Amino acid sequence: MSKKSYRQAINEAIYQEMERDPTVIVMGEDNAGGMGAPGEDDAWGGVLGVTKGLMPKFGRDRVLDTPISESAFIGAAAGAAATGLRPVAELMFVDFMGVCFDQIFNQAGKFRYMFGGKAVTPLVVRTMYGAGFRAASQHSQCLYPLFTHVPGLKVVTPSSPYEAKGLLIQAIRDDDPVIFFEHKVMYDDEEEVPDEPYTIPFGEANLTREGDDVTIVAIGRMVNFANEAADALEKDGISCTVVDPRTTSPLDTDTILECIEETGRLVVVDEAHPRCNMATDIAALAAQEAFGSLKAPVKMVTAPHTPVPFAPELEDAYIPTAADITAAVKEIAA
Amino acid sequence: MSGKIEPIVMPKWGLAMTEGTVVEWSVAEGDPVTPGQEILEIETTKLANVFEAPTGGTLRRRVAGDGETLAVGALLAVIADDDVGDDEIDAFVSGFVVEVDEDADDAAGPEPQRIDAGGRSIRYLEVGAGEAAPVVLIHGFGADLGAWMFVQPGLAETSATFALDLPGHGGSTKDVGGATLADFADTVAAFMAALGIGSAHLVGHSLGGGVAIETALRFPASVSSLSLVAPSGLGPEINGAFIQGFIEAGRRKDLKPVLQDLVADPSLISRDMVNDVLKFKRLDGVIEGLTAISEAAFGGGRQQTVLADRLGEIACPMQVIWGADDKILPVSQAEAFSGGAHILADTGHMPHMEQAAEVTRLIAALIADSA
Repeated sequence: MSKKSYRQAINEAIYQEMERDPTVIVMGEDNAGGMGAPGEDDAWGGVLGVTKGLMPKFGRDRVLDTPISESAFIGAAAGAAATGLRPVAELMFVDFMGVCFDQIFNQAGKFRYMFGGKAVTPLVVRTMYGAGFRAASQHSQCLYPLFTHVPGLKVVTPSSPYEAKGLLIQAIRDDDPVIFFEHKVMYDDEEEVPDEPYTIPFGEANLTREGDDVTIVAIGRMVNFANEAADALEKDGISCTVVDPRTTSPLDTDTILECIEETGRLVVVDEAHPRCNMATDIAALAAQEAFGSLKAPVKMVTAPHTPVPFAPELEDAYIPTAADITAAVKEIAA
Repeated sequence: MSGKIEPIVMPKWGLAMTEGTVVEWSVAEGDPVTPGQEILEIETTKLANVFEAPTGGTLRRRVAGDGETLAVGALLAVIADDDVGDDEIDAFVSGFVVEVDEDADDAAGPEPQRIDAGGRSIRYLEVGAGEAAPVVLIHGFGADLGAWMFVQPGLAETSATFALDLPGHGGSTKDVGGATLADFADTVAAFMAALGIGSAHLVGHSLGGGVAIETALRFPASVSSLSLVAPSGLGPEINGAFIQGFIEAGRRKDLKPVLQDLVADPSLISRDMVNDVLKFKRLDGVIEGLTAISEAAFGGGRQQTVLADRLGEIACPMQVIWGADDKILPVSQAEAFSGGAHILADTGHMPHMEQAAEVTRLIAALIADSA
């Protein structure tokens, strides 16, 4: 056990699975270093250094640099998964899904169903999401709702280093395609992470706070803001349960509903745009399944329905904050 | 010259403790206190425990109020003789500097280490030093060296103490081998040999108690005394549903009621304690190891090794400590024990956590008597 960053936790998960299972391979832009350029081995480890150190240990046969062609290498990864390997492909920014979405949602996500359960597709697509990195509107979106929408895909949004390592090992061992969302602002977050391999099962929400008055369901990085808000609200005499679903597909609806039934009040926090995101999905779940338990309207705290601004002041104003969550809770807790 | 002023500071129980909360004081300002008297209850994220006066005198000042959360090392109260002036107490309180390094790594105290014992990597925590035979602490099924966090510091005041993780537990190798009491006894002996410990006072809880008995039977020259806390190995009965539930429960709400069977007062089982057990169970190989142990040691819901009628072969001083309300191993098994049996009222299967002060005192007394 030692303190590790979100980046180190993800790197360690891949490293340990590559050591354990020779069929695990890594591919992506600059994941190995710089293909064909002398002196460029292991130069980057992906654009933010997550895969650094893997190529020197496992070699270029298992850590592959790819051309800047997501449609080609995500398709290659899906094919490799269907034919016996366990690829961990890096889609640098999830914003680039547009050029490789057919390979993900209409191919990898459908193989098991279309081939009558006889095919497995143990593919992991690691991808960065989220605002706050001053990377403008084409590198900052939270597109997990689009993947969550598609049956056949599993979607993971780890909220801390401990969660990231256990969920990624689970993703690599899973026989279905998994889209693994890494919030780029969290790479330097640190916490205690076991040195040994471990797994966190999919579809089991984690309660990071337990309280009586309000349930806050938050996704990915927003879990940390929800915890911050819950701790502040505790001092004002409002006790909150914070639910981290961990995976948006499968979604642990049982735990979410139990918490709503216990507290009678719900705030959903989602950094994604507010139309058809996880906040609307979970709010609808509450309205349909727990209406009789609700003592107040459901509140949603989300980013606005605009592209992520490039101007730093506007980008900061765009991202939901702990103060936004606190205000939403106070509106319904009275 | 006036008497000495003794600060009472927030203790550090266990590796992870950085702060504690004062639940309730049991003495008022101006009350006389004697060494060992329970003066307040402190809650950590793991468990609540009573805190005993380390020294005698008059409780002159309560600096921390009920409900206050303070860092390890922070001033809680001041004990001094009556002839110390109030102005001196004031000066002491205002001048008190918390002896905690800002760097959390330095403040963490002794760190666990590992050693190779009989081909297995064993994690252990060494605290204290002393001339006499050291103390080796062996935890129970599903636990780790942290189980002794309330007991080890007290014993370490006079002896070197070594709390180890059994194979399959904590930070030790997850390969449990044959997983019988005898297999674990061999590991304990190999652990002691690797550390150059000739003979030790063994303290074992539950599974670890049975392991301690086996160690004394197989390696009599290595054992100076035996303190057995609700030990296995004294009768066939065991709460098989607990073992099964402990292995199978994968979620907090399923695991919590299982863990609550361990203690007389279920409110002792905190969120963090349940989370720590879940985190342990998620490690690769843990479920397989625990399953192998439960089959080898407790297969079919019965203890597979009963050593009650062999206790006469053990020559070193022995005692058994048991909670009257133990729901895992029946306290009636203490009857197999002809020597000193200490039955603690209102206590479940975890006397070393529920009644840590009393258990520490009993162990220290047997060690002193054996010297």
